[in-house]
Amino acid sequence: MLEFLWLVPLLPLLGFLLLVLLPLTKRAAAIVGVGSVGAAALLTLLIVVELFGLSSDAQVFRQIYWTWMQAENFTAQFAFYLDPLAAVMMAIITGVGFLIHLYSVGYMDEDPGFARFFAYMNLFIAAMLVLVLGDNLVVLYLGWEGVGLCSYLLIGFWYDSHANGYAARKAFVVTRVGDALMALGMFLLFLHLDTLDIQQLMANANDQWQTGSSLPTIAAALLLGGALGKSAQIPLQTWLPDAMAGPTPISALIHAATMVTAGVYLIARTHELFLLAPDIMFLVALIGATTLFISGFTALVQTDIKRILAFSTISQLGYMFLALGVGAWSAAIFHLMTHAFFKALLFLAAGAVILCVHHEQDIFKMGGLRKRLPVSFWSFMIGGLALVAVPLTSGYYSKHEILFAAAGNENSGQLLWLLGVLGAVMTGLYTFRLIFTVFFGEENTRVHESTVGLVVKLPLVVLCLLSIVGGWFVLPLDHVFPASEEQAISGITSLVTDVAPFVGIFIAYLVFHQNKALADAVVAHTPGRLLQRFWFSGWGFDWLYQKILVNPFMLFVRINKNDIVDSFYRLAAWLMRLIHRLFGLTQTGRMQWYVGSIALGVVLIVGAGIFS
Amino acid sequence: MILAWLLLIPFIGGLVAWLADRKKLVDPALVTLATLLLDLLIVIGFYFTRDAPIEISGQQWMAVLELAWIPRFGIGFVLALDGLGLLMVLLTLFLGVVAVLSSWQEINHRKGFFYFNILWTMSGVIGVFTSLDLFLFFFFWEVMLIPMYFIIGVFGHENRIYAAIKFFIFTQASGLLMLLAIIALVYFHHQSSGVVTFNYFELLGAELSASVAYWLMLGFFIAFITKLPGVPLHTWLPDAHTQAPTAGSVILAGVLLKTGAYGLIRFAVPLFPEASAEFAPVAMSLGAVSIIYAAAMAFAQTDIKRLIAYTSVSHMGFVLLGVYAGNETAARGAVMTMLAHGMTSAALFAFAGAIGQRIHTRDMRQMGGFWRSAPRMGAIVLFFSVAALGMPGLANFVGEFLVLLGAFKANMLLTCIAAIGLILAPVYSLIVIQRIFHGKRLVEKPIPDVTTRETVMMLMMIVVTVGLGVFPQPVMELMASSLDLLPVVAFNDEAGMVSQ
Repeated sequence: MLEFLWLVPLLPLLGFLLLVLLPLTKRAAAIVGVGSVGAAALLTLLIVVELFGLSSDAQVFRQIYWTWMQAENFTAQFAFYLDPLAAVMMAIITGVGFLIHLYSVGYMDEDPGFARFFAYMNLFIAAMLVLVLGDNLVVLYLGWEGVGLCSYLLIGFWYDSHANGYAARKAFVVTRVGDALMALGMFLLFLHLDTLDIQQLMANANDQWQTGSSLPTIAAALLLGGALGKSAQIPLQTWLPDAMAGPTPISALIHAATMVTAGVYLIARTHELFLLAPDIMFLVALIGATTLFISGFTALVQTDIKRILAFSTISQLGYMFLALGVGAWSAAIFHLMTHAFFKALLFLAAGAVILCVHHEQDIFKMGGLRKRLPVSFWSFMIGGLALVAVPLTSGYYSKHEILFAAAGNENSGQLLWLLGVLGAVMTGLYTFRLIFTVFFGEENTRVHESTVGLVVKLPLVVLCLLSIVGGWFVLPLDHVFPASEEQAISGITSLVTDVAPFVGIFIAYLVFHQNKALADAVVAHTPGRLLQRFWFSGWGFDWLYQKILVNPFMLFVRINKNDIVDSFYRLAAWLMRLIHRLFGLTQTGRMQWYVGSIALGVVLIVGAGIFS
Repeated sequence: MILAWLLLIPFIGGLVAWLADRKKLVDPALVTLATLLLDLLIVIGFYFTRDAPIEISGQQWMAVLELAWIPRFGIGFVLALDGLGLLMVLLTLFLGVVAVLSSWQEINHRKGFFYFNILWTMSGVIGVFTSLDLFLFFFFWEVMLIPMYFIIGVFGHENRIYAAIKFFIFTQASGLLMLLAIIALVYFHHQSSGVVTFNYFELLGAELSASVAYWLMLGFFIAFITKLPGVPLHTWLPDAHTQAPTAGSVILAGVLLKTGAYGLIRFAVPLFPEASAEFAPVAMSLGAVSIIYAAAMAFAQTDIKRLIAYTSVSHMGFVLLGVYAGNETAARGAVMTMLAHGMTSAALFAFAGAIGQRIHTRDMRQMGGFWRSAPRMGAIVLFFSVAALGMPGLANFVGEFLVLLGAFKANMLLTCIAAIGLILAPVYSLIVIQRIFHGKRLVEKPIPDVTTRETVMMLMMIVVTVGLGVFPQPVMELMASSLDLLPVVAFNDEAGMVSQ
């Protein structure tokens, strides 16, 4: 089946073309939209099975289609490269993607833009597959920009509102900052290593560059810039919370399960380069740890159910970056996978809740939904437990691998571990604040359950299952990544790591279930309120960027609307007219003036001749 | 002879169109369309049936026509076509067809004269792309200008006279510099070799002192960069575009700007290689500044055509950067950008005209929410906006990527500055979609969606844009030998130092 690799991205692409070009009925649109991804998922399953059936050092498959661009010594083939890492990503993308497509049939049922929604979703799946299959960085970049475009289109899907349009453009532009850095990284890599084929590039880098020298450090830093933008890590994280303006299935698919993990994939894919740049590795870990820590606090004070999950996503991506930074490559991909399951589940469950409460998203306007919406409740419960990393759930295994790897890291490992553990406490706290507020307490919303049909429930159930058992597998990535040494983890470290989430849950129980006045009391005082507002704003990043980047640009643009350069030419034209008018004045028609000026001229010229 | 026919067909077609209108025989638009399609067919037919390439001073040419014209001054009627010229001629004719289709309903008075001007501009532009005698080149350079002056000045919008005169003065003044440079070049060539000639091939090897070469190069450079246009000589363009009728904007952006870029590639750099190498950092800086400055200016505009005009300046900045980067990668990127920009800018201007016909304004503050009533138009504009912001898989990306990849080798700092343009491109491209198609509807009346004629026209351009984006290689092979004279070695040494 391997030779049909090309068909996997092509199927959703064809789906996209059909949906765009043909005026399909809603039923046909659903069949094309879901069917194309379903077929891609099935094909992926066959391919993955065949790939892992091969002996472990033969699990590599490359397919070259045509020469995309060629000039001098630069060649970019349009080619795909399949190895266990790409296979895992493919499986996540098509598998979770299919479930979310299915769910969307129910969720978007009444939307007038039904076909357009599935067209964009299919295009997204195709682009994401190109991203993970790209044999060289240019093809990867094709997918990379493609998913960014789809993200823009889907965030701004409900285009009537200006706020949605703004959020969509913000997402595109902020990630483009990272993309521009990544492009520069590609130029630098090509200039020195003469290729952009990822495998060849890594080999050349290992041959030609010393560990810790300046070139790999700069190149890795530039690629990291791209990863930070896509994966919403500090300082380029500000677009993701606003991206929640899109329909909820989008938040699940693009802004939780797949696209935002592209940065993690990029670093894992080019890990050999990052190994040559230990400083940047440490930076990755530090950024990840800081992001997960900061976003935990931000999530705690949000009131919008989707924004809470968005900050939670940023935080969990922070764990993946932490893992990458300490060289726990498999752990990062493992957490990527489990996170895709449980976060997609949480978003889809949140979507079901939002549907049932008439598009209300403020958690404090919900409450007591446990009895009325059992499917959503249990989905949320299971997803939440996995997110918090309670033992036996999938999140437990992946997060622990990361935290242990961090603890064992010789480079400030204790600090990284501590931030990670504090983040775990925060995860428990904000997750169960959400669950207690929405599903427990008194009912204070009108609910209509009728909208939740089977197509909505089935994906929830499957994802529930995956969120639990997803952690029991071992990803076959041993041949892709260098083996990490087993770290001896002290019993106390292990114990604290295990207990941390429960601490969070317990605090949440006290503050948001048992004694609700407590939270209000904290916020009632000035320091508490200021802190709450600071956290709520996402630690002031948006404010800062508005002040130092957006406002100066807008000021320049407003002042210079008429193009200062043109005023130079306008001045020249004005001068010309002035001179024209001055000389015009001398044409009086009076003979004595003419005679007089001729005489004066003669005297001056003769005089000049005599005296010079 | 085929080359002469390429020129003559639009030339004659223009006269026929005018006469046909005066005698009320046929619609001049039909005549124009037929003429352009015939010319296009001839070019394509020629391409597939061409003989073995002819080699002149180390370069490969597909066809050469050499006739004596004013032998006394060494002026000949020399036409030649190579890969670059062929691509440019194809672009010209293709966009000519688009221009005619886009103004099908727009022009209703003095139709004959309008199409006469369109065809004569085409003729002049094809002359520019094929003539290899400097005198003849200058002649065509002027020929294409005057009909365009009439198109803007007679058929334009409310402020057309101002815009037409501004366009004329800028082009004319810079053209004068080029004429002086041409005459001086011939003079100095005569001094050293004793031969009076305007022939491109003979002037290629002219022995000039460094300072003379530098000044002459500047004369050419200023003329071409005005046409390109590059900052700070760009300010005629927004006015000309805003006031021109749709077909005028399509030809202006899609074709006329390319003559400036073509001039740099064919004349300014090869005639004065050392001076150009010395000058390259300045030219590249202008390119980088153009990219960023015009991108910011585009975002500021509220007039849709003004906005697109500034994006043209920004995109042509990539061309300038690529031509002077001094390596083949960047040069190929520059030509790809020329073709890609021809498609996207022409499509966006055609669409601005289509919107203008529907709601009689270019002011984006009076638009909004059009997606609801015109989703197909929205999708098409979205496509071209996305192409313009450099989405991989579409034509502009290939050009910009190769330009930056090559320029990085030559000068890292300027490339990093130019890369800021990658961030600004979505800022201005997406605001178009936001202001016109998204948001709440401001106009009560729903606007009609694209007609069949518009759909066909746009689909043609979409196919080319995707084709160039996914399979650019055949086109790049075609242009390869034309770019041999571009790489200027001197400049690369410095980069070598940087890279150590």
